[in-house]
This record gives sequence, structure tokens and C-alpha cells, in this order.
Amino acid sequence: MSKAAQLAALIGSGQAQGNQNIIFNGAMQVQQRGTVTGITGTAYGSCDRFKLQMTNAGTWTASQDASAPSGFTTSNKLDCTTADASLAAADFMFYAQHVEAQNLQNLKWGTSSAKSLTLSFWVKSNKTGVYSTEIQHGDMGSGNYWNNNTYTISSANTWEYKTIPITGETSTAINNDNGIGLYVRWWLASGTDYSSGTQAANTWQGTAANRVKNGQVNLADNTSNEWLITGVQLEVGDVATPFEHVDFGTTLAKCQRYFTTYMDVGGFSMYADGYITATLANTFALPCTMRISPTVALVGTWAISNLTGQPTINSNNPNIINIYQDVSGSGRAYLYAATGDGFTADAEL
Amino acid sequence: MNITSAQYDTGPIGTNNMFVNIIIDGKAMAVPMQVGNRHYDEILRQVAAGTLTIEDAD
Repeated sequence: MSKAAQLAALIGSGQAQGNQNIIFNGAMQVQQRGTVTGITGTAYGSCDRFKLQMTNAGTWTASQDASAPSGFTTSNKLDCTTADASLAAADFMFYAQHVEAQNLQNLKWGTSSAKSLTLSFWVKSNKTGVYSTEIQHGDMGSGNYWNNNTYTISSANTWEYKTIPITGETSTAINNDNGIGLYVRWWLASGTDYSSGTQAANTWQGTAANRVKNGQVNLADNTSNEWLITGVQLEVGDVATPFEHVDFGTTLAKCQRYFTTYMDVGGFSMYADGYITATLANTFALPCTMRISPTVALVGTWAISNLTGQPTINSNNPNIINIYQDVSGSGRAYLYAATGDGFTADAEL
Repeated sequence: MNITSAQYDTGPIGTNNMFVNIIIDGKAMAVPMQVGNRHYDEILRQVAAGTLTIEDAD
């Protein structure tokens, strides 16, 4: 087949059109939250859009790491700091990204034309053995909504490239909304509730015990364990194509739809000032329209004068946050963020 | 999510409940009352399960 014919075939299949990676921040470039320590439950930490979720599977630190395969500069590292070598039946741990449903309408799932997907990634761990992956349909309330596969880490502490096929799901459409369309998961530890059955590779099924392959590695069994991942790509088609590198600014903007943080670096910003008799208030624009009105948290101790306390910060709009506080007496009142002060806005899935 | 307290907030206008102020994993956060916000969804789930009570606004 000529090069032109190959390209035509790729375009016809929905691949090689640019913007092909369904995963955001697959090269682990953006890390707005920084290193997150002491993870024992569900936590978005370290590299944006990826989360760690577990029940009774030790304690973990998530960080951006400089170890990476050729062509990449960063990875997301999970480091076990408290071990759990004996998992109870319901205990588990996985790493995940949740994909917004309205970005998946081209998959045509829920129809006979449902498109297949291919997941590819680079992974490294001291812990060799068999691991499971999982795609969960986000809009199937019950039924065959899990598609599981395995990969094997063969060599300790060596970057390995893995590809996973996913058959398109033909029974149920992914809603065209801003909710979760797909859960993309990498199992890292599993109790028998999820692994006591028989896993059928790349098969849509609904039995919890079949989600994880028997013999799945328990990454939580030793504090020397670590697991690193980068180059994550989920794309339409049956073939994994080379990772689609995206400029940092584009990736950051994509991530800011789900989480954004603002920290003052110059010693003075987000200023509000006035001779007010009741409430000093201001609004600030978020860097992009977030997925939904975000949960907002104040960071640091803001500089204030003539106010009853630290500013109240909240949002009921995906574009704006509100900052306000009652004045404590007559005269000039002000507030501003000094170095290290700011806010976080969370609209994650 | 370990939510240790929750209280309605009527916002600066002070008429209707607009937010739920929570302490989650030791951090104070303001949650908009919108289904689809993952924190509000979790609040609703815990309230339905009887494990969380939202206090009235001040």
C-alpha cells in the first residue's frame, strides 16, 4: 500500500487527524497540585487529570518524576510509604482518569457502528508481574459495563511500552453531557472481590469478580514499591499510533477545565479595596470555562484590613469566583493575596 | 471523602442557600449546590445514607 493510501486509510478510520488522544495530560507535563503525600483513599494528586483511588491498600505519595522513556521528560510516580501485604476481599487500589462524556460522541457507542479504542502507555516498576486495566462505561447504570485486559511488567525498573485493545460497546450510548463518559483504570492491588472470577480479555461484562486477573500484583505489599507511568494515549482504532505530543499551554488549558489553582508570586494580587459600610466584595474570572461550577478553597492567609476575618470564597458559575467579607468598622477596607496565597477551584469528574 | 462538617451558606445576598461549606480531609471548601459537582454529589450521597447532616446557615 502506498504512503498516500495508508494515510487515507488512517483518516478514514478516524485516526491520524490530530487531537487523537482522548486522555488529557498523557505526558504528565502539567502538575498544578504538586506532590501529594499521605494518600489513603481517593485523591487527585500530582499530575493533572489523573487520580488514585483505594480502600485499605497502604499509604501513597504521588509525584511528577523526571524518569521517563525516550521522547518524554516526565512521568507520574506512585510511591508506597506504608505497606499492606494482606489485602482483605474488598480492598483495592487503582490509578485512573475519568473522561468527559461529550468528548466521546464520535465513538458512536450504543450503536452497531461503535468504534474500538486502543490504550497505550509506558510503565515502569520494581514490581514485575501481571497487572489489569479497565475501561468502565460511564452511562450504563448496570449490566456489562467493564472491559478488562492485562499487561505484564517483565523487567524491574525498566520502561516498557504496552498496548491494550478495547472493543466498542454497542448496547448503550454515552450521554452527550458533561458527566463521566469513560473510566480508564490501571489496577494496582485487588482483593478477591474483584479477582476471584475469570477475567475474559477485552470483553464487556458485569461481574465484579471478573474485573481483575488472578495473580494481579499487589503493589501495596512493600514500602519499596513504586509504579511510574507516562505517554498515556487512548485513541480510536485498533492500532496504537505514536504518542501525540501536545504543547504545554494547550494541555494546561485542557486541565484547567477540571482544576485550576492560582497562587500569588509577586506579593500582591486579586486586590479589592474601598470605603464600604457593609461587605467588601469582588469577582475574579477563571482562566477558562470550567466543566461545572467548581468547589473553591482559599489557600494561605490573605492580607486584610478592616474586615471581620479572612475572605469568603466561593462560586456558583463555571467562569467566576466570588470573594467577599463584611467590614468590621468604618473607613477603608481591603484584601489581597500575598505571595503563596491564592485559591483552588475543583470541577473534576 | 472524609467530610467532617457541612453547613449551608446563603452567599453575600443572604436569601437562599447557595453553597455548602464543608471540611473535607481537614480542608475548608465551598461547594456549589449543583448536581454533577463531585463534592456536592458526595454530600448528597452521605446525607441520603444518614452519615452526614448539613447544618443551617448562620
